[in-house]
This record gives sequence, C-alpha cells and structure tokens, in this order.
Amino acid sequence: MSNKVAFLQGNEACAHGAIYAGCRFFAGYPITPSTEVAEVLSNELPRVGGAFIQMEDEIAAMAAVIGASLTGMKALTATSGPGFSLKQENIGYACITEVPCVIINVMRGGPSTGMPTGPSQSDVMQAKWGTHGDHPAICLVPASVQELFTETVRAFNLAEKYRTPVTVMPDEIVGHMRERIVFPEPGELEVINRTLPSVGPGEYKPYDTRFGDVPPLASFGSGYRFHVTGLNKAEDGFPTTRADLVQAEEERQVRKVEKAIDDIVTYEEYLLDDAEIAVVAFGAISRSARFAVNEARKRGIRAGLFRIITYWPFPERQIRALGQRVKAIITPEMNLGMTIHEVRRCVEGRAPVSGIFRVDGEPINPAQILAGIQEVR
Amino acid sequence: MGFDYEKYIRPGKLPHIWCPGCGHGIVMKGLIRAIDALALDRDMTAIVSGIGCASRLPGYLDFCTLHTTHGRGVAFATGIKMAKPGMNVICVGGDGDGVAIGGNHFIHACRRNIDMTYLIMNNHIYGMTGGQFSPTTPFGARASTTPYGNPDPPFDIARLAIGAGATFVARGTAFHASQIDKLLVEAIRHKGFSVVEILDSCPTTFGRKNKFKSVIEMMNHLKEIAVPVAAADKMSAEQLQGKVLTGVLHREDKPEYVEEYGRLVERVRESMEG
Repeated sequence: MSNKVAFLQGNEACAHGAIYAGCRFFAGYPITPSTEVAEVLSNELPRVGGAFIQMEDEIAAMAAVIGASLTGMKALTATSGPGFSLKQENIGYACITEVPCVIINVMRGGPSTGMPTGPSQSDVMQAKWGTHGDHPAICLVPASVQELFTETVRAFNLAEKYRTPVTVMPDEIVGHMRERIVFPEPGELEVINRTLPSVGPGEYKPYDTRFGDVPPLASFGSGYRFHVTGLNKAEDGFPTTRADLVQAEEERQVRKVEKAIDDIVTYEEYLLDDAEIAVVAFGAISRSARFAVNEARKRGIRAGLFRIITYWPFPERQIRALGQRVKAIITPEMNLGMTIHEVRRCVEGRAPVSGIFRVDGEPINPAQILAGIQEVR
Repeated sequence: MGFDYEKYIRPGKLPHIWCPGCGHGIVMKGLIRAIDALALDRDMTAIVSGIGCASRLPGYLDFCTLHTTHGRGVAFATGIKMAKPGMNVICVGGDGDGVAIGGNHFIHACRRNIDMTYLIMNNHIYGMTGGQFSPTTPFGARASTTPYGNPDPPFDIARLAIGAGATFVARGTAFHASQIDKLLVEAIRHKGFSVVEILDSCPTTFGRKNKFKSVIEMMNHLKEIAVPVAAADKMSAEQLQGKVLTGVLHREDKPEYVEEYGRLVERVRESMEG
C-alpha cells in the first residue's frame, strides 16, 4: 500500500481532511487567511456529490451549516477573527440545540480587522467564551499541514460523537505554510458518524437522556418530526422555563464534554521526562519552541516541550502534573497572554510561569524562546 | 363539518403565546389549510423561523420545525434546502425579524431564488419586546421607542422582495382570512423563492399607542386599506392614496437555485467519468 504524497498548503489539507471525514456541505464567506478552505471545497464538494454555498455573510454561513447538519449531513464553515466574532451567535445556537458541526478559524491578528495577513493565536479564549451563556467547547490547535488534515477529521469525529460544534484553529502560519503531506488511505483514520435514534418516530425525543448525556439525533426528512429551538428546552425539545428542567439540561450539555476529557484531550510531550524547564506552546509557535528546546539541551539545559493539541477542554491534569515536576514554565504565544492564565490556573503556584508574548504579526522565533529558557534557568 | 386543524397541531402545545386580538393565529390557520390543500408530506416539510411573536408558530405545528436565532431563519432554511432538496421548506416570521435584523438574509434569498416560501406576518411593530418601532412602522406612528412619532420611513416588504429578485410575491391581510391559504398554496407551488406578506395587527402594542380603540377597529382598518390588484387598475392615484395592494403582486419564471446547483454537480461528475 503506497499512500499518496503531496506538497500542500495547510488550508488545502484542511479541506481534504474534511472530505475524508465525510463532510458533504460547506457554507462560508470569503475572509483572509482562511479563504483557501472554501476555494478547495467549492471545487471538491461537487465531485463527491456534496454542496458548496457562498452565503451573504458569516452569520448566514454558520446558520446554513447548522440547517444542513440537521438533515444528517456533516457540515463545515471556515473563517478568521472578524468572521469568528460574527459566527458566535449561531455557534451558541449549535451548542444549545446540540447540532454537530465544524468551524475552521484560521487565526489572524486582532481585535477588529487587525492584521488580516499576519499570524496570531489570540482567539483561543473566544473559542471557549465567545458566545454567551454556559456551553461546552472543543477546540483543536494543529501545528503542521499533516496535522491540520488529521485534526479536521478528528474535529468531525468529536462533533458527531458529542453532538456539539468543534472548532479547529490553526494560526495563519499553519494555515498558509506548505509542507509534505501523506494522505491517509480510506479506513486508515477512524471516521465517526452521529448516533441515530434506536426508537421509532412516535417515541423519539431529541434530548432523551435515557440514552446518556449525548442523546441520539434524528435527521430532518428521515421520518422523525421534532422541534429544535434556541430557547432553553426540555428533553422533548420544546421550550420550558421550569427551573429543574433547565438546570438539568444546561448541566448535561456542559458535562457531556467535561466528563469525556480523557477521550478528547490530546497533547505531545517532548523531552519532558527529565526536564527542569517546560515550554508550553501550540500551533506554529510550538515549532519554534521545539527548536529552542533542542538548542537549550545542546547548552546543557534540561528543557522540554508540552505541545497543546486540544486547547479546549484544556489539558488541566497534565499541566498540573507538569507544574509539580518542573522548576519553571514558559508560555510563548502570539497574543498578549492567554494560555499563561490557563497554565497558572492549573499549576496553582507550584511552579513560576512566565510568558513570551508577541502581537506584531511576526512569529516568536526560537532565539526568543531560548533566551526565555536561559532567563528562568 | 368544519376543517380539522387539530391533526396538524402538536398535542398539548396550545394555547399559543399570542395576545387576544393578534392576527397570527388567523395566519397560522391559513398556513395549515394551505399545507392541507397541497397534501404536503409532513415528514418532508420543514417549518423554520427566527425570533419574535410570529416566530413561535413552528412550535405548534407537527412538522420538522426549527426555531432559530433572530433574523436568521432564511439562512438556516437555505442550509436545509441545499442539503436535502426534496424537503418542502417554509420560513415564517415577523417584520422586524425578516427585514431589520434579517434583512440581508432576506434579500439574498430573494436573489438566489431558492425554492422555499417565506411567510412574513407584518404587524408593523416589535411585539415580543413590548412595542418598539420596526422597519415597517408607518412614518409618524407611535411606538415605545418613538414617543414623539416615528422619524423613520417604512419598508414596503413586497416591493423589497420584488426588487431583490423574488420570483413570487403576494400580499394579504389577517382580515381577509380566506385569501391567506389561497395565496400560500400558490406560493408553495411556485418553483423558486416566494414571499407572502400578511398585514397583521398587534392591538396590544401598536393599537394601544396609535389610537385604535379596539381589535375590531384594527381589523376594520386592514379591511379598509386593502385593495385587490385587479381593482386597483380601475382606481385613480387619488383613490389609491393610503391603500395597500393585495393578491399576487409578482410572478416570474427564473432558474431555481437548488436545481441549478444539482445540474452543476451532474456536469462535474460527468466530466470526471469522461
């Protein structure tokens, strides 16, 4: 078996990953630096019998994706900062109605229009807290072209498995860089489809907790008639203001992801076994960090890298354990300090945490991180 | 024997939230009669809405129903129709939902000419939030946010739809109840984006602030201002002053979006084989 090898851009790999995962619907709106995802899918989706639509705005694109997913189709949208802000309204709708879908947010500088062609990692908090109200969040932060492909597949799997929107957030560097990619053969990567109801239409309830914290989702047009609303709802899908029902539904929606943390959270540990200094990084900056860690080792400094792959849910347990065994932690990130707060929250003062922050549109380079390592040594 | 509405109403979901004297219930009955007349397959019919009083309608009806975010109903509906072209898609909502916050989605759905029907219940006010002026509130009218009279000129929804490219546009009123289902039957049958605007009344918020003494007076007002398109031909501009045309206002045949996209997919796949 010889896998197809190609030299691809991250955004292109993302689009192919979506097709591999079974995505057959895309709705989007042009925005730099994510547009190539839409361009590739406008070409690929008709070829596999899927549908591509360019909507009138970002809000409509998110809405169309949810509508399509309710008919049973795996659906995707892609955007960047300003568009991600606009989509938050309907991302919240997908959270409360528990409709699987995937959002690609290629991170660029902000706030507002910011630096459309410059890289950034400043949307990570928005991925969790961007839409109002309590809700679950799953967010993946790949660091290579290959990983953007595989994480897009995993995003669809998690969306389908947990009935929730999943965000994939490469920074602009990962979205736009070109690398070698080995295409997985069909069947090589796991592809998960949502659980359909095992009961007939007469008995079906869209949020039936008899089937656990992730109730089966029927498709519109498949013989099941049910109601979907953004209002707080009861198990039958109809609006309710009954305190006990609202509390239970809200708690279940958050719990379904929180209790699955071991299934969802992924990370990479590099040279951490004997490390005294840990660099916690993700996306393009984790590549600089790896280089810096190697350089530090050459200089006799026991440094290691904790690479975040699943940003939300945050790898709390792992970071806590890290804080217990290293002398210092450094968080280089292309923002003015976001991950550092999560790391400090997990470490609870067991190790000092310092940051290297950059928002000038330039990546944090290995020399900067190496200097940071030498400083805290 | 009267018409049996019950079989389309979800058990236990009535009474509805609408105030006494509101016309939304009349419109809902018209929609039910239209669906019945067309014998639409309930499993293959989606009724989608946004936010507001009128947008509560889908919850009462036994179809695939989707109550979405404010103004976005048509965009959600577009996703459903594109993903499952075999479904009948009906979108419902009010004036604020449809042509204020949802205005962009509305005009672009008209332009695309995607095969669905959009039923707008226009009561010229934001009822659910307590009577703020909407984009269809008449100039000078009172609302809770226009205590000195409305400084905004209103939209004419039907003309907006025609201008944006909708291929079927009709208007009726909540007073002319027996016309509502007839207009909707034609709209749903039409291949393309069809808009049916029903002039409605909100006695609770609009009526109270604008010197309508009763629900009956508001209904009579709808009766008085409505002029069927055919009759308007014989009337002078002076006679038409303050009147609103009702009936089928616009109809044309243009390529339908989902069908065209289906052809595109076929073309692409054939070229792959060849």
